[in-house]
Amino acid sequence: MAEDAPSYLLAIGTRKGLWLGHSQDRVNWTLDGPHFLMREVPSVAIDTRGRATRILAGVRSEHWGPTVTHSDDLGASWHETEAGAIRFPADTDAALERIWQIQPDTARRPGLIWAGCEPQSLWRSEDGGESFSLVRGLWDHPHRPQWFPGAGGGALHTVAPHPTRDGDVAVALSTGGVYRTTDDGASFEPHNVGIKAYFMPDPWPEFGQCVHKIARDAADHDRLYAQNHHGVYRSDDDTESWQSIAEGLPTDFGFAVLAHPSRSGTAWVVPIVADAQRIPPDNQLQVHRTQDAGLTWTEQHSGLPAGCWAIVLRDAATVDDADPAGVYLGTRDGCVYASADEGDTFTQVAAHLPDVLSIRAATIRT
Amino acid sequence: MGDPRPISVVIPSLLAEHFGGRTTDSIEPDGISDVRGVFDRLAQRYPVLDRRIRDDRGALRRYVNCYVNGDDVRFLAGLASAVRDGDEILIIQSVAGG
Repeated sequence: MAEDAPSYLLAIGTRKGLWLGHSQDRVNWTLDGPHFLMREVPSVAIDTRGRATRILAGVRSEHWGPTVTHSDDLGASWHETEAGAIRFPADTDAALERIWQIQPDTARRPGLIWAGCEPQSLWRSEDGGESFSLVRGLWDHPHRPQWFPGAGGGALHTVAPHPTRDGDVAVALSTGGVYRTTDDGASFEPHNVGIKAYFMPDPWPEFGQCVHKIARDAADHDRLYAQNHHGVYRSDDDTESWQSIAEGLPTDFGFAVLAHPSRSGTAWVVPIVADAQRIPPDNQLQVHRTQDAGLTWTEQHSGLPAGCWAIVLRDAATVDDADPAGVYLGTRDGCVYASADEGDTFTQVAAHLPDVLSIRAATIRT
Repeated sequence: MGDPRPISVVIPSLLAEHFGGRTTDSIEPDGISDVRGVFDRLAQRYPVLDRRIRDDRGALRRYVNCYVNGDDVRFLAGLASAVRDGDEILIIQSVAGG
């Protein structure tokens, strides 16, 4: 029997709810939503590793707090673990503030899902995101009292598992920087050599950097890209060291960095003028793509708005898993743009939504 | 002295889905002496409701207000505020957000 034609799912988490986009061609999209109206959705994940596609969302009400919920029927129904999927143990004297990241592990370990939270903490689920346990190796790290919150809050916002070395996982914190475990979370070491922290007395500290996002190359698994609080970097040795790849970009500030889902050396950043001027360069929303691991960059803005004052937050940009890769951006003024040709041209998927906080896309086969 | 009267609990309609579809209910006062005791009792039957009202440490969430017979517990003794049989516990979300 012929395999069903693929379709595409786009999850858009905003300040006031979640919208889901559906498309057959990644150009024409239909949206449904909002789910969780009046609750922010700073994290969303589409887990395609299981029999059914599972959407997970980290939702948060200003009044009623944060929680993890999931849907196995593309948003028709949502399920929340009664006792709470993420709950700080009593001995920590901490309370969950926000779920910044929900990251399925690799295809090698279906059911394993990571969550990055505020206060800065890493969580691990072995049941598809229905219950998580605190990763003590990071929570008990002696550096933790010295991590301070960035403007958005004290976030562990990125989890990047190694695709072939089980238990080798890099995480990124604002602030704190990059840490990595090679023993599945039992212990962590800082990995910030080469990443600058210009806002500290020693601009090259062991830790304390404000790394905004990291992304792992899909083909060269020891290569990662980092968008720092000023600075764009690449590591070729699984975070052991970093080198600047900012030359050729209009600015080295930004929040998002994306790696191509299958081709080595291709990545995108979404430049912002500066820390003190958080707008797109020349008021033109734009991405910059490298196809040589950061040696050169090419601006892409076809279909993106000029006269734009809105930026893209760290999780409001994503790639899908298709070929050619799709690139998706959501802005703080509630617009969503999709490219089905690796950023060459974008079309507007949505406008006038609340601020876009998170966005994920995937091919689904039903 | 008559039989102990139940403690009534009133919640916002936004939380009714986690309270058996109701906004009011009553609980027996036996063994309950303070607001924390009321919430602990509610948590046994309505764990999601409890997580909406209290955080992981068991503290009242910042933008949730709780009243005992109309008095804000933040101006009493917090979750240690005394509760007696026949009292009314009222939960209201504060004005917040944008």
